[in-house]
Amino acid sequence: MILASLRRKLSANVAGGLATALIAGSFVASVLLFMGFDPTSGGRTVKLLDWIDVGGMQIPLALRIDALSLTMMLIVTGIGSLIHLYSIGYMHDDERAPTFFAQLNLFSFAMLMLVMGSNFLITFIGWEGVGLCSYLLIGFWYKTPEYNYAARKAFVMNRIGDVGVVLAMVLLFQRFGTLEYASIMDMASGVNDPLLIAATLFLFIGATGKSAQIPLFTWLPDAMAGPTPVSALIHAATMVTAGIFLTVRSSVLFELAPFTKDIILWIGTATALLAASIGLFQNDIKKVLAYSTVSQLGYMFVALGLGSYSAAMFHVTTHAFFKALLFLGAGSVIHALGGEQDIRKMGGLKGHIKITYFTFLVGTAAIAGLPLLSGFFSKDLILAFAFQRSPVIFGLLLFGALLTTFYMFRLLFLVFYGTYRGKAHPHESPLTMTIPLMVLAVLSVVGGLLNLPHLFGGHEPMKHYLETAAAGIGYEHLELSALTEIILMGITTTLVGFVIYVAYGRFVKTTTLEGEEATMPVFKRLIAQRWRIDELYRALFEKPYAWLSTNLLAVAEKKVMVPLMNGVGDAAIRVGDVVRRVQTGNASFHLLAMLCGLILFLVITLMSN
Amino acid sequence: MEQGIITAIRTVPLDHYVLLSFLLFSIGVAGVVFRRNTIIILMCVELMLNSVNLLLTAFSAYHSDPRAQVFVFFIMLVAAAEVTVGLSILVMMKRNVDSVDVNQLNRLKG
Repeated sequence: MILASLRRKLSANVAGGLATALIAGSFVASVLLFMGFDPTSGGRTVKLLDWIDVGGMQIPLALRIDALSLTMMLIVTGIGSLIHLYSIGYMHDDERAPTFFAQLNLFSFAMLMLVMGSNFLITFIGWEGVGLCSYLLIGFWYKTPEYNYAARKAFVMNRIGDVGVVLAMVLLFQRFGTLEYASIMDMASGVNDPLLIAATLFLFIGATGKSAQIPLFTWLPDAMAGPTPVSALIHAATMVTAGIFLTVRSSVLFELAPFTKDIILWIGTATALLAASIGLFQNDIKKVLAYSTVSQLGYMFVALGLGSYSAAMFHVTTHAFFKALLFLGAGSVIHALGGEQDIRKMGGLKGHIKITYFTFLVGTAAIAGLPLLSGFFSKDLILAFAFQRSPVIFGLLLFGALLTTFYMFRLLFLVFYGTYRGKAHPHESPLTMTIPLMVLAVLSVVGGLLNLPHLFGGHEPMKHYLETAAAGIGYEHLELSALTEIILMGITTTLVGFVIYVAYGRFVKTTTLEGEEATMPVFKRLIAQRWRIDELYRALFEKPYAWLSTNLLAVAEKKVMVPLMNGVGDAAIRVGDVVRRVQTGNASFHLLAMLCGLILFLVITLMSN
Repeated sequence: MEQGIITAIRTVPLDHYVLLSFLLFSIGVAGVVFRRNTIIILMCVELMLNSVNLLLTAFSAYHSDPRAQVFVFFIMLVAAAEVTVGLSILVMMKRNVDSVDVNQLNRLKG
């Protein structure tokens, strides 16, 4: 049953259909597994074989099935199936489509390894695997050099994070002598050790790399170079949530390291705001969504920093629904316009591509947190936790949420309302693309039911389900009165409504397009240029490195290493010239030499006695 | 070994055997090193082997230990094999360079 969800095949001709069938099969297997799984048992570990067994180190190749990994498996295979189906339509005229599907399937496999691994190392295999697939798929259209740069950037940024994960693994192994999640979590409870802070910090560095948080977030917007289904699957729904998954997996450790949690909280907040502000002025439909993703991931980390692991996982789930929907919708728009991505050249598409418009509207409403849609519940849960911690964080996050609402509705209005400003003739996408859109739209609407709060008559089923797998969830408490919660929701909803109204006035009544960057006021230009963070990194890391390389080349390489190495070579040649003469080719001479040597040895041996 | 022969061997002092053996061996070495005729060189190799055989037999008789003679048989056997190989090489050499001068074989000169 587990193997069924791991089964992956590469194929050539009917790649799309086969790939979709395979991942759909995995989804069915996951659902069956989910049905047959009893959360109260706490989870099962299935050992496939002993992988590494050296000295005191035993690392089995084992998979763990519990509430947490099942949740992730359902997301990965479920959303994955829809996106595979969508890709059949999206990639139908690409000559490398089979390669695309192979890589997409490899990604799904790696992601499943990541979430199902029963120890850090197995997770790490998946972790590296998804990084690799991400690299391959971002650079899928490898004929454009910029796309290759984007792929490389993503890869390098991820590597920085990976070092953090490796270091964390080393520390944990040194302290606990094992990498199994279950054993570490058992042993860790109650331990108070500065080493845990270091380990969790390193884990968090890994998470910032994979989940695009400050300071390693700049790769994600560039990663939009890949085909749109890739952006939807990898860079919105699944891979980027790996960092959050890892944190929830090790929630016990993070509970023991409050310092790390504070750092996560503030980095999450900063990322949420920074990315949301950048999203305001982007003109590429996918870039807007990318910054929105970074911002939403920031919210998830805020939830983790607040110790509210179930809220983070809840937001992971709902975000997977509506962000996949938005990306696929954007892909459908791009497809409809024959590859156009600039929202300044869109507009008025409402009448041309009705299904896409309607589903995109649902996605936008969900991410903006309109009441009773999935985003409303998950975001409000995080906001409520934030309010409990401090009103300041609540205020910042609320501001971020309003920014989100604004740029998402700006996107919606500019693309679908007003008059059409482009040239290509828009046409609706094929059924393979619209079906996933409709399914995801439904999920985005009803996703909130997964964790319906008490206030609405639910009893937070997802929280209780996950509690069986991630012990950290047991520590979280939300002790706000019903009245406070209602007031908070009221404030949020009112402000969101107001922001939508502002956006409506600005982008529908009088279509306001961003001019060239040069004509903007200074502050706005700074934001539009993404706070110049790429430039900052370039100045901070790239330039010194280039300087160092140049100088090392000039001094160390040319003045020291080259003469040294050539000297060694020259010396060998000269010595060889001299010694060569000994080889006369005369057998007698050689024998004589041998004899002399023998006698010499004999003499030395006798003398030394 | 028959008692009479042992007595006969023991009539000569051991030192003399050692000396004789040493002389024969030295002649062999000198021959191998300084002669150019390959046939002579092969013969000198045999000479060295037999000088060692002589020494082994002498010690065997003096110590009343037959084990050394087993070695002698082995050496003879190996020497016979070695000579066949050596003579074959000699034949080939004669055919290829039309000479038995060992110094003709100097193609490995550095």
